[in-house]
Amino acid sequence: MDITFSNETYSNDIFNNSEFKRIANTIRQDIIKSLLLAKSGHSGGPLGISDFMSVLYFGSYMNYNSNEPNMKGRDRFVLSAGHMAPILYSVLARAGYFPTEELKSLRKLGSRLQGHPGLDTNLPGIETSSGSLGQGISIAVGMAMSDKYIDKNNAEVFCVTGDGELQEGACWEAAMAASNHKLDNLCWIVDNNDCQIDGRVKDVMSIYPLVEKFQSFNFDVIEIDGHNYDEIKKSLTYFKNNHKNKTNKPTCIILKTYMGKGVSFMHDQFKWHGNPPNIEQATIALDELNMELDS
Amino acid sequence: MKFEIYGNQPTRHGFAKGLVELGKENEDVVVFGVDVTGSVKTSEFQKEFPDRFFSIGVAEQNATTIAVGFALSGKVAVFSTYSAFAAFRNADQLRVSVCYNDANVKIGGGHSGITVGPDGATHQSLEEVSFLRALPNMTLVVPCDYEEARKAIKLVGRIHGPAYVRFGRSDVPMFTKEDTPLEYGKAQVFREGNDVAIVANGIMVWRAFEAAEKLYQNHGINARVINNAFVKPMDEETITKAAMECGCIVTAEEHQVIGGLSGAVAEVVCKNYPVTIEYVGMKDTFGGSGEPEELMEHYGLNWKSIYASALEAIDRKNNGFKKVRKLTEIPEYNEQI
Repeated sequence: MDITFSNETYSNDIFNNSEFKRIANTIRQDIIKSLLLAKSGHSGGPLGISDFMSVLYFGSYMNYNSNEPNMKGRDRFVLSAGHMAPILYSVLARAGYFPTEELKSLRKLGSRLQGHPGLDTNLPGIETSSGSLGQGISIAVGMAMSDKYIDKNNAEVFCVTGDGELQEGACWEAAMAASNHKLDNLCWIVDNNDCQIDGRVKDVMSIYPLVEKFQSFNFDVIEIDGHNYDEIKKSLTYFKNNHKNKTNKPTCIILKTYMGKGVSFMHDQFKWHGNPPNIEQATIALDELNMELDS
Repeated sequence: MKFEIYGNQPTRHGFAKGLVELGKENEDVVVFGVDVTGSVKTSEFQKEFPDRFFSIGVAEQNATTIAVGFALSGKVAVFSTYSAFAAFRNADQLRVSVCYNDANVKIGGGHSGITVGPDGATHQSLEEVSFLRALPNMTLVVPCDYEEARKAIKLVGRIHGPAYVRFGRSDVPMFTKEDTPLEYGKAQVFREGNDVAIVANGIMVWRAFEAAEKLYQNHGINARVINNAFVKPMDEETITKAAMECGCIVTAEEHQVIGGLSGAVAEVVCKNYPVTIEYVGMKDTFGGSGEPEELMEHYGLNWKSIYASALEAIDRKNNGFKKVRKLTEIPEYNEQI
């Protein structure tokens, strides 16, 4: 199979749900293709947050400039769940940070697209290395504190953690600090697909109840369907209003998602946490995604 | 260089003074408290610059990664707590978030070594040098007294990248001056001599002087004393030169002999110019409660161990291999002079 990536990029001013659907579909295809070429990596999680990431990066919720990645006062995105790197790479390429062709190099020797994001690669758009769970969110807390208290700008920090990741105690140290330091400029997104490498999160080590946990840590919490564009927009607007209104409380968006969303045989299957598709599986996956695009 | 004791103060006080001075010269310096701010003296910075001080609580992992968040926002991010928690509790954070990011984070490792005293083994960090020097991008300094600790934090604070300054709790002799050189990645020859080189850092440097004086008085031995404050990066030139010119070496540190300054010196020497090395330090054991000086004597972290090790090293230089000895076997001082 000849794997090619279109060079289509998207601007950050989309509001139409059918456009988001098309973008998410492209991103899902990028993920399948890059993982097929990489022959290793994580399929399920990235597919599951493709809808959310499409809205976050292209729905004018984040202030960034792909031509000036280090722009002062920019909003920042931290992928604390670093193993979901393929989604970040696809979104950044589609936002124009680097050529989409580079998605072919995922996990290859000398590539800027490391298995987990690496700041040392100087890949534009990457804000930090991540991959050891529970650290990215705390880095995001530090960034939000620096923005709010030292630089005193209006920048916002968005951070995605997994749900299994919340088993790391460091996450709760970060949660405590986020509310203690009144970080209304911090938006913590929990990708709640209830899947981790060993099984269901509730079976491996329950993190529930989740809404109440974050509320007790003094977050403003909103739980939404992570595949419904209207709800995604609503949740991001909720956060931005909290920030604008200076609630002095961080926001948590609990994203109810399905691992492997968009590919029938990966749907809600925890065994797709850490595996790439082989050529047959990728063919089926891409056919399904193309059919969805046509429908 | 000539040295004499002109006072007694803990190295943590020097660190605190240097940190405030660094804060004055660079308004991007921010400091994080990890609850023991009075002990490690970051409270001094807090007093001077309350808007650039943030309390994180007893959460070393979080303090480390929050510091990274500030560093990735263009700040010089400094946190300090006891070395027992500043290098181990947060080991993963140091490796991935600080060092892999090459983040501009400075760590003050306080209450280090056995001289933390009565608190006992849980609080006596004696292994962090071994760990920290294995981390890519990390700079590691072990200052020998108050003045050098003051200079060390300022020096690493002006250079981009992760750095760890290891200092202690107890009063220790002050003997370096404002004009005593401290250069990035350089070891300093504090006393000339060609019979044996004593490579020491931290509070063992003064003990190295004491041993060197007694070696001269009792045996006419001229010991070179090298202050090896920078365990990383190592000064390969100065150490190799010492091996070539002295023919044998003794290392001395308030730290385990496995993997610390001992290991760093051995790596450099064996690669470039192999000579006999004797190691003075903790003998692969935990410490325990006691007064600092008592503990230093009890565990052999004293001039006598350095002295006896120097004699052993010189003997092997002159007479060659005798028998296999354990890494933790430190010659005992048994002279009646």
